[in-house]
Amino acid sequence: MTIELVARLAQANILAHGDHARDVTCGYACDLLSWVMARGQKGMAWVTVQTHLNVIAVASLHEMACVLLPDGLEMEGAVLEKAREEGIAVLSSPLSAYRLCGLLYQNGLHDLPG
Amino acid sequence: MKLAYDLHLHSCLSPCASEDMTPQNVCRMARLNGLDLIALTDHNTGGNLKAFDQAAREHGLLFLPGMELCTAEEVHLLAYFPSLEAALEADARLPHLRGSMKNRPDYFGQQTLVDHRDRVLGQEEAFLLGALATSLEETVSWITSFHGVAVPAHIHRSYGLVQVLGFIPQSAGFRAVEAGPKDQIDENYLVLHSSDAHELGLIAQKEHLISAEKNLDSIISTLQYGITV
Repeated sequence: MTIELVARLAQANILAHGDHARDVTCGYACDLLSWVMARGQKGMAWVTVQTHLNVIAVASLHEMACVLLPDGLEMEGAVLEKAREEGIAVLSSPLSAYRLCGLLYQNGLHDLPG
Repeated sequence: MKLAYDLHLHSCLSPCASEDMTPQNVCRMARLNGLDLIALTDHNTGGNLKAFDQAAREHGLLFLPGMELCTAEEVHLLAYFPSLEAALEADARLPHLRGSMKNRPDYFGQQTLVDHRDRVLGQEEAFLLGALATSLEETVSWITSFHGVAVPAHIHRSYGLVQVLGFIPQSAGFRAVEAGPKDQIDENYLVLHSSDAHELGLIAQKEHLISAEKNLDSIISTLQYGITV
C-alpha cells in the first residue's frame, strides 16, 4: 500500500512528506515508545498519540513508512523537520485510533508484513 | 560531604499515598532511618511543602522542596527548587497547567493538606494525578524558570522516561536521573536511588549517599551538573 493511499483512507493531512517510495507493509498501534522499539517493522504505519521527537527516532530505527496521528493531533515544527530528514511521513487524521486501525485493516493493511 | 538522602517522598496530599505520611511522621521516620536530606515530591502540587519545610527544620533534617510533575507524554519528572519561596511561586502557577478536573476521593483517595503539627487544614479539590498541559521539554523549561532542576523519576518503571519515550532525549539536557539500584544507566548520569515512598515503612534507610555541601544551592547544582561543584 502507498503512503498516499493510507492518507486517503485515513482522511489525513500530510504534515511531513517522508520517503514516498517506501511501501507501507504493515500497521501497529501503541503509545509506549519502549514497546514499539521492540516490535517495530520496516514499512510499518504506526498509529500513536505521542508527538515527541523520540517518535521519529523510533520510526527511523525501524525504517517505518509513516507515523499516523489520530484525533487531529499536530506535531511541532522541529519534530516534523526531523521526520523529513529521516524520510518518515507524518499524517494527521481527524479519526480516532480505533477507527483508523479498523479502516486500514479492512483495506488489507495487517499487523505483519506480507 | 556525603549526605544520606531520600529525594522522592509523597505526603498525605498525594491521593495514592497513605494518610500516615504527615510532616511529623515522615520526619521522625527519616531521622530514625539515619537520613540527612529529604525532599517532598507530591504529584503535581507543592501544597504541603511549607509544613514539611518547618517540620524538617525542627527535626534537624535538610529539606529540599520538590514536586513530581506528570508531563503531557505521561512522563514523571521530579522538580527540585533552591528555596521554599521558589517552590511556592511555582506551585501558585500549577493550576494553570493542571486542567479543571476535580478529585474523586472515593475513587482516587484523599488529598489532605496539613500544617507542620500534622493538623488537617482541608482537602485539595483539584485532581492531582492527571497529566499537565506541558510537554517534557516545556515542563523542564518551566521548572528552570523558577531556578529549579528537573530529574526524570524511576526511568525504567511505569510513567518513567525510558518506559514511555524509549530512551533519554538529549534535547532535555538531563544530568541526573532516578533509577532502581539494579538498573543499568549510562555512567554520564548522576543516578539517584530514592524510595518513592507512599507509606512510612518504605522511606529509604541510610544506604544511598550524595556528595554535596549541606545547603540547598549545593544540592541543586549537583543535580543540575551531575557532579558536585
